[in-house]
Amino acid sequence: MQEMKLETNNKTGRFGDFGGQYIPETLMSEIERLTKAYNHYKDDPEFKSELHDLLVNYAGRPSLLYHAKRMSDDLGGAQIYLKREDLNHTGSHKINNALGQALLAKKMGKTRLIAETGAGQHGVATATVAALLGMECEVFMGKLDTERQALNVYRMEMLGAKVHPISSGTGTLKDAVNAALQEWTRRVDDTHYLIGSTMGPHPFPTMVRDFQSVISKEIKEQIVKEAGKLPDAVVACVGGGSNAMGAFYNFIDDKDVRLIGAEAAGKGLNTEQNAATLEKGRPGVFHGMKSIFCQDDDGDIKEVYSISAGLDYPGIGPEHAFLQDIKRAEYVGITDDEAVKAFDYIAKEEGIVAAIESCHAVAYVMKLAPKMKKDQIIVCNLSGRGDKDVAAIARYKGVDLHD
Amino acid sequence: MTSLKEAFSKEKTFVAFTVAGDPNIDKSIEYTVALANAGADVIELGIPFSDPIADGPVIQKAGLRAFDAGIDTDKIFDMVSRIREQTDVPLVFLSYLNKLYDYGYEEFFTECENRGVSGVVIPDLPFEERGEVDEQATAHNVSIIPLVAPTSGDRVQKIVEDSTGFIYLVSSLGITGVRDNNQMAGDLSETVAKIREYTDTPVAVGFGIHTPEQVTEMNRIADGAIIGSGIVKLIEADPDNATDSIEEYVRNIKA
Ligand SMILES: Cc1ncc(COP(=O)(O)O)c(C=O)c1O
Repeated sequence: MQEMKLETNNKTGRFGDFGGQYIPETLMSEIERLTKAYNHYKDDPEFKSELHDLLVNYAGRPSLLYHAKRMSDDLGGAQIYLKREDLNHTGSHKINNALGQALLAKKMGKTRLIAETGAGQHGVATATVAALLGMECEVFMGKLDTERQALNVYRMEMLGAKVHPISSGTGTLKDAVNAALQEWTRRVDDTHYLIGSTMGPHPFPTMVRDFQSVISKEIKEQIVKEAGKLPDAVVACVGGGSNAMGAFYNFIDDKDVRLIGAEAAGKGLNTEQNAATLEKGRPGVFHGMKSIFCQDDDGDIKEVYSISAGLDYPGIGPEHAFLQDIKRAEYVGITDDEAVKAFDYIAKEEGIVAAIESCHAVAYVMKLAPKMKKDQIIVCNLSGRGDKDVAAIARYKGVDLHD
Repeated sequence: MTSLKEAFSKEKTFVAFTVAGDPNIDKSIEYTVALANAGADVIELGIPFSDPIADGPVIQKAGLRAFDAGIDTDKIFDMVSRIREQTDVPLVFLSYLNKLYDYGYEEFFTECENRGVSGVVIPDLPFEERGEVDEQATAHNVSIIPLVAPTSGDRVQKIVEDSTGFIYLVSSLGITGVRDNNQMAGDLSETVAKIREYTDTPVAVGFGIHTPEQVTEMNRIADGAIIGSGIVKLIEADPDNATDSIEEYVRNIKA
């Protein structure tokens, strides 16, 4: 099965039956150009060394792999290591992909970047890279998300980007993607759509995964050096799936490493208010890809919900749909309440204010670790830092911060 | 039922678009029949979708009106049967792929054949993925109407080579909605000439067209024109009493 995966995804962007290029004809020539450019530059020594230089000297890679001893002792089971993507420049894993794609876009002669964003972390990363490379930047963000992640909106504007609040639909990530796709069909010549997760039409799911796979490459080297062996489990949160794909990718062939994605169960899997795509969705075609989507019984995409703007998405990247299908990865739902508890816990226990998205992964580690032995290892991907969430968490708890 | 082939054998063919179920099922049937009676040669019925990424605000709002009135795919097929009792005009659907995928391709095309729908325009199904539906559509005599865009370039040959029904030539970049002439892509006649190198399938031009003058211009370049938002706006203006304005609009176009 593994060989099939690697082979199919290189040729046509298929992961089993998932993936593909379901996108309006207006964009197809550009998608062809992008695929060609990516296939060329990904093996180009000069491109690789430029990107490496940016990752090391600008983004601050490698990120730390930190042994969370207090947390491990307190939970009383497995040893917990945190992959500190929150310490990257701009505060999340999103910068890895933004640097890669922006550099590629620049090579393609593009002068303008557009992006969707949920939590605002991808928007901030794109705005940052646009400033660095001297490119124009416009970010599409659901209206609700501009409110619950207001700090990041202002950050993007400070970086010189224009932010478009989108009020159609639920005013969340899905609607931001719709708007960005529409803008790309309107103006494609000078513009690259820098998709922020492992989703969309081929080559995006493959390309974004490749740019994020530096996470698992580093984890592997770091854990072998520190503990002398591979981890027993890798846990990451899944929105579109990019930090999880990045954290899983180099472990896919290591069958003994459990790969676990934590999706947003919102107010509960038995309510209508969740975004647990892999648990509640079914196959469909949307946003350029065949994958799993939350849908009503007539094939319309459902309105989903999560406290976390970054996980509040009715779909999932096609490679995750495939990994679930072949049972190589497992996906679990974490509720708002559990994520907020994890937010508090990791702050007090380890002195780390982590993104509410990442706290979905932390919450699952809190359930899993006690069931494991002391000589076992869990690596938890801390995809981002939580400064952006402080005000929203306070509101959730009924505290008025006057912000 | 008139075939697409017969409809396009006329001097020039006018394709009228409306959203199925806008503003409700009964009115939508009435307006579809009015379009036909006033002279539309082909009618394209949009199947509302939660996230119509190729559509502008006018058509998006029409979809929301239809959803509010409780439209779904089964009801649209029932609508088609009722329309069929009143007119022979060829009908095609415009639908995002997920509506077909979730209904089941085999079931969807079977219903199309049984109820009398001749083709489907699928804006998010490029040539590369057409294999998804080709076999079942062909088996049920339903044309998958291909779209050619101003940006298609070298892709034109493979897109149109094996086409049936008609070819939908997208006249402008971006999403649907009314536009002025100067927002139309410049080299439409070049694209038509390119299409002609590879196929005899008729070409209708749409996206942004809304005035009789634009229709005349498109008729000069191609085999026909498609109007969507221009018609949908009339329904938006007076959802319950749009019959007269629709008929007048179509007669003007056809004059
Ligand atoms: C910190 C953080 N983690 C995770 C995500 C979810 O995205 P993905 O699943 O692509 O990693 C986001 C998205 O906004 C984010 O900001």
